[in-house]
Amino acid sequence: MAGITLTDLSFSYPSGQFRLHVDHLSVPAGSAFGLLGPSGTGKTTLLRLMAGLLPPERGQITLGTTDLTTLTEAQRRAFRLSQVGLVFQDFALLDYLTVAENILLPQRFTGTDATPTARTLAERLEIDRHWHQPTSQLSQGERQRVAIARALAHEPRFLFADEPTASLDTGRRDLVMDLLFECAARTSASLVIVTHDAALLPRFPQHARVEDWVP
Amino acid sequence: MIAAAFHLARCYVARHRAQSLLLAAALALVVALPLCLKVLAHAVEKVMRTRAQSTPLLLGPRGSALDLMLKALYFKRQALPELSAQHLREIRATALAEAIPLDARFHAQGAPIIGTQLEYFAFRHLQVAEGRMITRLGDCVLGARVARERGLAPGGSLFSSQEQVFDMAGVYPLKMRVTGVLAPSGTADDDAVFVDLKTAWLISGAAHGHDDVAAQADTVLKQETANTVANASVRMYHEVTDKNLNTFHFHGAEDSYPLSAILVLPRDAKAEALLAGRYLKDSLPVQLIRPRDVFESLMSTLFQVERLVFIVLGVTLTAALAISALVFALSFRLRSREFRTLSDLGISPAALRLTRALEITLITTTAVLLALLLTWAVQSQAETWVRWLLG
Repeated sequence: MAGITLTDLSFSYPSGQFRLHVDHLSVPAGSAFGLLGPSGTGKTTLLRLMAGLLPPERGQITLGTTDLTTLTEAQRRAFRLSQVGLVFQDFALLDYLTVAENILLPQRFTGTDATPTARTLAERLEIDRHWHQPTSQLSQGERQRVAIARALAHEPRFLFADEPTASLDTGRRDLVMDLLFECAARTSASLVIVTHDAALLPRFPQHARVEDWVP
Repeated sequence: MIAAAFHLARCYVARHRAQSLLLAAALALVVALPLCLKVLAHAVEKVMRTRAQSTPLLLGPRGSALDLMLKALYFKRQALPELSAQHLREIRATALAEAIPLDARFHAQGAPIIGTQLEYFAFRHLQVAEGRMITRLGDCVLGARVARERGLAPGGSLFSSQEQVFDMAGVYPLKMRVTGVLAPSGTADDDAVFVDLKTAWLISGAAHGHDDVAAQADTVLKQETANTVANASVRMYHEVTDKNLNTFHFHGAEDSYPLSAILVLPRDAKAEALLAGRYLKDSLPVQLIRPRDVFESLMSTLFQVERLVFIVLGVTLTAALAISALVFALSFRLRSREFRTLSDLGISPAALRLTRALEITLITTTAVLLALLLTWAVQSQAETWVRWLLG
C-alpha cells in the first residue's frame, strides 16, 4: 500500500529568504518517519507541505494514490478532513469546547460518529476523566494529549505530528509515541513526526534532517 | 454542516455568555427604545382620547387649555387659578347645557380629591361596586385603584392632605368617611377620591363645624351685633359625624366659592355653538374649551416630537449596529488562529462563514427577544405609567 511520496519538491516563502528542495522522500504505509533538526530549519514548513496545508512551487506530493498538487483547495481540504490527522505544535485546541467536543470536532463536520474510538483514545492518553471539561482548564501536557486524540480519532491514513511530545515528561512522552506508532501500525497509516528531541531518534525506522534539504 | 456549525456557534456564545449577553442587551436596548416609545405614545393616546372625546365642553380659568384639560379631565396636579361658582350658576341659568362642577384642588394620601355633584357619576357612567354613594357632607367614594392600592373599603376613613404645611391658619385635614368604592373604569376616575362639592368647600375652609359657642360662654371672645367671635378654645370639628353634622355651616355667598372647572354638556349643537360664542371674549376671566380639539392638537405635537425622536433613534440604531459589526469583526480577527486551525483540519470556508453567521444570529436573536420582552414589559405597564405621569 502506498504511503507518502515527495518528488522534486521545491518551496520558498515570498520573501525568498527561505528555500526548501526535496529530491525524493518516501514513507511507506504503516511506517513512521522522523523529521529532525534545530528550530527554524523548516521542519514545520515541510510537514505542512506534506499535509497539503501549503502548496509547493514545484514537484509532487503523493499521499497514497492521491497527488495533492493536482487537487483544488477544496479537494485538499476534504482529503485532509477524512484522511489526514494533524497534531499542531501549539495544539490548536478550541478553549471554549470540552475535551470530547475538541476530539470529535472534525467528525462533527463530516457527520460521522467516532465517539467509541475517541473514548478509547482518551482512556489510553489518560484524559478520559476530563471528558466533559473545557480544555482551557487542562494542563499543557493534557492539552497536548487532547490534540493527539483529535488527530487519531478518525483513524487517518496519514498522520502528521509537529513536536507531539514537546510538553510531556519522559513517561508520558513514551506513552504518546507508543500510541502514535501503534495507531499508525494498526491502520497502516504513514506517520511523520517533527521533533528536535534527539532521544526519539532510535524509535524511527527512517528519519531525515531537514537542514539537508535547505540549500 | 449546519448542525456542526450551529453547535460550534452555540458553544462559543454559551462559553462567553457574559460578553454575549452584554452585547445582546446593548443591542436590545437600542432596538427596544423606539418600540417602547411607540407603545407609550399609543398608551397616552388610548388613556386620553376616550375621555377627551366624551367631554363636549369644559369651562375653566383662562390660560393654558392643555393645563385646564389635564386638571379637569385627568386630575393632574396643575397650579391653575380658580373660577367662582357664579359661573356654574350662570351656565345653568342659560338652560343651554347641563353643568357639572369640579373642585380638584385637594388630595388625600396622594390621590386627588374631586369635589363634584352626583351628575358627574352618571355622566362618566361610574357605578358603585362596593358600599353606597355619598349621602352627606364628609362622605367620599373611592376610585377602584385608590381603594385597592391603599387597602381602603367602605366603613373606613381617610384624611385629606394638609396642602400648606407652614400655613398654621390654613386648611386643616378633614377625616372623610368612605361610603363606597367605584367599579374600575380604566380612566383617571380610578385614581380619585370623590366627595360632594360642599365637602370640597369644607376642606378649603369655606365651611366649618365647631362647638356651640352660644352654649359655652367661656369660648366667646367678643359679641358683635350680628356675629359672635369665639376665642381659640372653641373646638373645631375635623370629621363630620351624624352628631355634629348640624353644626357645619358656610360663610359667605355661594357664588364666591371656588371651582377648578365646570364640565359643560350642551343640549345640542346649536347650544354648543351659542355657549362657545358666549365665552369667546379674551377679556373674560374664563375660557370654554373643546377637550377633543385640545387633545388632537396635543397628539399632533406629540407625533411631531415622536417623529423627531424616531429619527434620532434611527441614527442611534445605525451607530449601534455599526459598533456591533465592529465588535464582531474584531472578535473574529482575534479568533483568526482558531479559524485557521479549523481550516487546517479540513473544515470548509463555507462552514466557517456559517459558524460566524450563526454566532451573530444567536446574539442578534437574543437581542431581539430581549427587546420584545422589554417592550412587552413596558406595554403591560404603559397605561399605569401614563396615568402616573398624568397624575
